[in-house]
Amino acid sequence: MKPERYLPAPGLSLVLFLTWLLMVSSIAPGQLLLGLVLALTIPLSIRRLWVPLPPVRHPIKLCLFILRVLSDIVKANFQVSLLIWSPRRAPHPGFVVYPLQVQDRLVITLLANTITMTPGTVSTNIRHDRSSLLIHALDMSDEQALVKDIRERYEQPLKEIFEC
Amino acid sequence: MLSIALWISLTFIVLALAMNVFRLAIGPDIPDRLLAVDTMYVNAIALIVIIGLWLNTKTYFEAAILIAMLGFISTMAICRYLLRGDIIE
Amino acid sequence: MNLSFMIEALISVLLVLGGFFAFTGSLGMLMFKDFFMRLHGPTKGTTLGIGCVLIASMVYFTLYQQEPHFQELLITLFLFITAPVTGHILAKTGLHMHLKYITGTQGLQPELKDEDVGQSRVARPARPKRPGDIKARRKQLLKSRGR
Repeated sequence: MKPERYLPAPGLSLVLFLTWLLMVSSIAPGQLLLGLVLALTIPLSIRRLWVPLPPVRHPIKLCLFILRVLSDIVKANFQVSLLIWSPRRAPHPGFVVYPLQVQDRLVITLLANTITMTPGTVSTNIRHDRSSLLIHALDMSDEQALVKDIRERYEQPLKEIFEC
Repeated sequence: MLSIALWISLTFIVLALAMNVFRLAIGPDIPDRLLAVDTMYVNAIALIVIIGLWLNTKTYFEAAILIAMLGFISTMAICRYLLRGDIIE
Repeated sequence: MNLSFMIEALISVLLVLGGFFAFTGSLGMLMFKDFFMRLHGPTKGTTLGIGCVLIASMVYFTLYQQEPHFQELLITLFLFITAPVTGHILAKTGLHMHLKYITGTQGLQPELKDEDVGQSRVARPARPKRPGDIKARRKQLLKSRGR
């Protein structure tokens, strides 16, 4: 009769409950009850597929990281728009191998998604042994500078947030 | 002012959809066409939301959610088929 | 300069910016020369464009019409989470199918290892020797036929 048996992932349950309320966009008692039932049964039914997530050690740093990524998304859009709207200046694309320092699955996923959303880079492949990430850059002048930039801007904060 | 902004936005989105259809027609390979269809899904959501603003109704958001989910899942399924020849292993 | 005018201006700016970014993303997809460069437009431009439009809609219904409405937030979050995943797997498919990339692409020739894709892979076209090779081979073929 341990609570972990019936509530394997409290965070997931909370997210499911809030998502259900957002989706039906009402807080009628019936919807609250249905959301509660869904939030309790879905984690139980997917328990076997669930990968345990590393705990967040520094929530404040996570918020700062999200703000930085959002501002970088806007900046990335203006950069890419400039490249698209100036057809005379041909961009110099390139493939870069980025050696990974983190090994956790969630952290690598977050890093790859961040790289895709931010200036001029798309992550294209993760090696099966999680040793490196292949990145396609839209306009690359210096390969080493790009790797260093990604390491300092995104990988170090993620490492500090999840402490791995 | 709002109606002018709606007109401008609608024009942009419709032009974007037209360009997606063009890329869908000329795309040299399958992934190009897949990319065009995926972008069309996203632009169709924008179109639906703008029409919802235009008609001042909230009915269409359910359709937008459905299109978002179906677009993501179908793109993933076709990509996995192209990669591995199997969708569910 | 009252409050409702400010809100209306905010909604208008967000709508126009959203439309512009969506247009730019599709333009990039149409204009760029190879598949991997085309991928950059939709993953960034179109995603932020639709985000702007959805936030404009949320502001319109919540502040302008005074009826709280947050379904758009769900769609925005969903799109911002799924767009990089779609871009990643599309790029992987492109690498797997040996799509051509333009000459002048820097860096090493990217190649997927077998275990990156999995066991039951689909047959794929062989990698062309150099970009532009097919055209040269076709010219040679035409010459050999005596045309």
